[in-house]
Amino acid sequence: MTEEAPTSSGEFEREAVPESALLGSGKFWGMYAGEHAAGTEFMIGPLFLAAGASLQDLILGLLLGNLLAVLTWRYLVTPIAVAKRLTLYYQLERIAGGSLVKFYNVISGLLFCFLAGAMITVSATAIGVPFNIAFDVPPAMLGLSNPAFTLLVVLVGGVIAAVAAGGYERVARVANIAAPWMIVVFAACGIVSLAQLEVSSFASLWEGTFWTDAIAFVRAKEAAAGKPPTVFGFGQIVIFAWLCNGAMHFGMADLTIFRFARNPASGWAPAIGMFLGHYMAWIAAGLLLAALIKLQPAATLNATGEVTANPGLLAYEALGWTGIACVVIAGWTTANPTIYRAGLAFQGVLPRSSPVVMTLFAGAVATIAGAFPNLSAKLLGFVGTYGTVLGPMGAVIFVDFYLMRKFGLRDEYALHSKTSINSAVLIAWLLPVVVGLYLIFVQGVFAAYAVIPCWFACGALYLLLSKFVQRPTT
Amino acid sequence: MRTATQIISLISFCAVSLPCWLFLAGRLDLETVQWLACLGTIGWFVATPIWMGRSAIVDGEPTI
Repeated sequence: MTEEAPTSSGEFEREAVPESALLGSGKFWGMYAGEHAAGTEFMIGPLFLAAGASLQDLILGLLLGNLLAVLTWRYLVTPIAVAKRLTLYYQLERIAGGSLVKFYNVISGLLFCFLAGAMITVSATAIGVPFNIAFDVPPAMLGLSNPAFTLLVVLVGGVIAAVAAGGYERVARVANIAAPWMIVVFAACGIVSLAQLEVSSFASLWEGTFWTDAIAFVRAKEAAAGKPPTVFGFGQIVIFAWLCNGAMHFGMADLTIFRFARNPASGWAPAIGMFLGHYMAWIAAGLLLAALIKLQPAATLNATGEVTANPGLLAYEALGWTGIACVVIAGWTTANPTIYRAGLAFQGVLPRSSPVVMTLFAGAVATIAGAFPNLSAKLLGFVGTYGTVLGPMGAVIFVDFYLMRKFGLRDEYALHSKTSINSAVLIAWLLPVVVGLYLIFVQGVFAAYAVIPCWFACGALYLLLSKFVQRPTT
Repeated sequence: MRTATQIISLISFCAVSLPCWLFLAGRLDLETVQWLACLGTIGWFVATPIWMGRSAIVDGEPTI
């Protein structure tokens, strides 16, 4: 909400941010206020209920988890950001080498496409409401929804990709204008749901009978479908809330933002995004599903008789057309930069390719991903996997900044040795990630649990392997 | 002009945010809440772009 020229994260890509471009804390609070009110919040909130989380665990667990996330931004990311004032990618390039950063970029680009795919699905659920197009989630992981919904996903994905190919600035402007409105719509959805659930006092809210009734409905339908009851406890909620943005704080992606910070106190700014987007909005979105279960239980069931969150329908039942508009705009304004960023990552590997073509390619991948509804239905797991894969690179930056010299090793080794792939970084990153993915996909470990062990393993391995890999440099 | 559009934005903001509390208190029906929210949404997106500047930081990274 300022008239001064905006500072793009694309500026000063290969140099430290100069003193003249530094910004005060207020700018960061302003930016983060609308940063985490995304389309995915409409899906994540109901998934907590569908996974059987109790209301008390949710209220306290999200409080603690978001607090830990803010502390991680403040004390892990910001000190390094203000000391070096470099983007994540340039800092990684100096440590890991240009070719390895391109590889990391492609991996992150693919993950961004899947994330954008979930946002496309969420937007399509809203557009489907006035056309009476049902959001069917098939039992198979790689199953498609009904043909009408799949066609809708293709249309929505096509439009989002085309807009993203036209550049990011215009969408950023719309997102900026929409942010305060989206937050208030999220809150209004939650309040309307409370009224629909006949919650008339704080005592009845804390007692949460309406929530336990909704969970009993979910469990009954699971039992009828022959599935064991899902459990989502306090610890899982805390870890999920802390690490769902693991790529941004543990993974140091937000170095790119905080390099503009005049002082480290700006690192507290994500608190506003967390407590609006990942606290208020998640709880409000969860209440939407509880209200729909109470008012129209049949509307919450998929083809196999299990409870499914349909974000568009949930928002429509609470706030009508405003709810639909919010789901569409929240999905669009977050899917768009995600596809744009993925396109840039792909273009980094093929520098002679057109950015437009690469963005459209990223949009096509995201649209294909969005056509599989289980991706968004399993968003709690996907977000943890995203942090497990991208988060550990932050440990490399942390160790390089704080420990390498103390252990008599060269920091920013790739820069000084002029290597394009620092094998110590490559192995230190991939080894824990492969183990983490094995634990998630084969052993069934809750994905967010893998983020911190992988982060520490990556940091320790990087230090250890550097002892063997590094040669004297000039 | 700027002040007028800011007032329209404020009224629009209130039209989205306040009626739901009246619905919770049993003073308003849901249909009216939804209509007011719809009008508030239109007002917000018509008036706000006229006065709201761009964010000081344009972040290109995906968010969850």
